[in-house]
Amino acid sequence: MNYVLDFGWLSQALEPIIRGAFATIFLTAVTGVLGIICSILGASAARSRLPAVRRAIESYVELIRNTPFLVQLFFIFFGLPSLGLRLDATVAAILAMTINLSAYGTEIVGAGLDAVSHGQREAGQALGLRQRHVFLKIVLPQALRVIFPALTSQIVIMMLESAVVSQIAVQDLTYEADMLQARTFRAFETYLVVTGVYLALSIVLRRVMVAGGRKLLAGGIS
Amino acid sequence: MDFTFWDILRNLLLAARWTVLLSIVAFVGGGIVGLVILLARVSSRHWLSRSAELYIGLFQGTPLLMQLFLAFFGLPLIGIRIEPWSAAVIGLTFCASAFLAEIWRGGVEAIPLGQWDAAKSVGLHYVEEMRLVILPQAFAITRAPMVGFLVQLVKMTAVTSIIGFEELMRASNAINNATFEPFTVYGLVALIYFAMCFPLTRYARHLQIRAQN
Repeated sequence: MNYVLDFGWLSQALEPIIRGAFATIFLTAVTGVLGIICSILGASAARSRLPAVRRAIESYVELIRNTPFLVQLFFIFFGLPSLGLRLDATVAAILAMTINLSAYGTEIVGAGLDAVSHGQREAGQALGLRQRHVFLKIVLPQALRVIFPALTSQIVIMMLESAVVSQIAVQDLTYEADMLQARTFRAFETYLVVTGVYLALSIVLRRVMVAGGRKLLAGGIS
Repeated sequence: MDFTFWDILRNLLLAARWTVLLSIVAFVGGGIVGLVILLARVSSRHWLSRSAELYIGLFQGTPLLMQLFLAFFGLPLIGIRIEPWSAAVIGLTFCASAFLAEIWRGGVEAIPLGQWDAAKSVGLHYVEEMRLVILPQAFAITRAPMVGFLVQLVKMTAVTSIIGFEELMRASNAINNATFEPFTVYGLVALIYFAMCFPLTRYARHLQIRAQN
């Protein structure tokens, strides 16, 4: 069989591909910020004095980590409306991604918090800082510095997993690819190009986060 | 036709068999291909280890959905007839091979250099050295992350529903379209996945704690 790869369609396809890439970047950026905040809250709640709070966070983390993202997405988008909560597809995608990322993030940030030696906390208290300031100014920056690489990997994984949000018609990169291949009848070439775009995005995202993290956290404790 | 709760559950459980089967086949297949990738990755020939690194990076840096689409639409182009089942198996096998090779590489690199020297000094060939000394130890210390990856793999199989493989996720979409009870259907599906993954997660944690002591 002789099949010749044809990329002639590509010149007209640049616009939707770029649009889709930006949508994927947007979803990842919003989810990344919300996810990091929720992970910090989750990790500190998991170390709360109240056993009920600890158990609730633990159950949430286990439930999310042991079910596929696609199921979580469909449950939120298709299942919640029967409870009267109807969400726009993009909002549902961001919600599902944030919930998913935060479950892994809670574990990661938690490991970082545990890695900060207890003496640091005591030293802060001895200086008369409030509990809140001890956490925000002393413990958290040191914890984040330890776990930043792991957090970066998790956000990259989330971006790659976000490809399935095209299934609820969120117009991300994969959605644009689906539309393109239906128009060009060049499915393999279309997905090959889009896979390359995803690869580039994941490499760039990792670089940007590592560089940004170094800048933000190196001086860190100011 | 009316679906009772038990009809829904029964149909979901029947479909879950395919999820289990696909996970096992992809794990075993991924293990075999992953072993080849591992040997290339830890080889002293620079071009070999570099290509293996590239292979691993490609699979870890692109969405599984794209890999499945490429298998589904690409293999027919080189004359291989393909159905959703075979595309799912091939896509997941290669993806799993990259992840397993990377896990095992960590194991191989954690083995003290003295083990390599010892194996050479008793006159073992490269193949024997690998088979008898290095790999058994590498597998033993990576047991926890391997089980952890199996959990990931079970969850990955849900994506194969998008290329049309009839596993748990796809069955749930069909049942949802027939019953219009998305809350029950997707809630049950989540619980079934949880029932498959949670014991494995616990086992992985058990292995990890045992390895640390």
